[in-house]
Amino acid sequence: MAVNYGSKRIVVGAHYGLRDWLAQRVTAVLMALFTLALLAQVIFFKGPIGYDKWAGIFSQQWMKFLTFAVIIAMLYHVWVGVRDIWMDYVKSVSVRLSLQVFSIVWLVGCAGWAIQVLWRL
Amino acid sequence: MTELTSSSKRARPEFRNIHALNDLPTYRLPPAGWVSILHRISGAIMFILMPFIIWMFDTSVSSEISFAKFTSVFNAGVGFIPGWFVKLVALAIIWAYLHHFIAGMRHLWMDINHAVSKEFGRSSALVTLGLGSLLTIVLALKLFGAY
Repeated sequence: MAVNYGSKRIVVGAHYGLRDWLAQRVTAVLMALFTLALLAQVIFFKGPIGYDKWAGIFSQQWMKFLTFAVIIAMLYHVWVGVRDIWMDYVKSVSVRLSLQVFSIVWLVGCAGWAIQVLWRL
Repeated sequence: MTELTSSSKRARPEFRNIHALNDLPTYRLPPAGWVSILHRISGAIMFILMPFIIWMFDTSVSSEISFAKFTSVFNAGVGFIPGWFVKLVALAIIWAYLHHFIAGMRHLWMDINHAVSKEFGRSSALVTLGLGSLLTIVLALKLFGAY
């Protein structure tokens, strides 16, 4: 059994196992359903889509509900994916940690912005 | 037994670690390999362009004034950035989303059906690449006003 504590600790962030694998798929399905729900409303609307129609789609309460859940799902989905990219290609722990911190700030900031937009509708 | 190691056969290249500059240009990926690396690249593109995506969401839904701003950025550009370039960036997101979506569906399908045969891996990879490209072209023509 390899030593995995102290200075020999292996610094990895993937929780090798079911959790992230399952989370990636559940969040993906949720985002796919959102995509179809949005697409259906755009495709089955007759005539050109102006501001009223477009904003109207998102201002329905069920759509706000779904969009909010999708923003949170996306936050986690992208975190898992981007974290895997850094872990695969960036071997230096300090650079990787910096990139991971940057990713979290980037994603949380973006999610906050998206939720703020949704909130105002 | 000695025939297997005879020198008449050219030694096959052996990759212990793939060097991005020396090996990648001659490294031939199977279709499933292309789908896999493009799944990653498309995800990275959407991650980097996420503020632009949310900017589009913000300006397109917030008010009629912001909606007008949204359309003018695509038609007339903004600052020193021309409209066609904004459309090109939007097209990159469209391709990334389509590819990521279809490749993700392929993943889910394989998870559910245990469809892990070599043939299915190849044919579904070709469908993913083809469908993603086709839909991107259709939407590109729409975006740049061909119809």
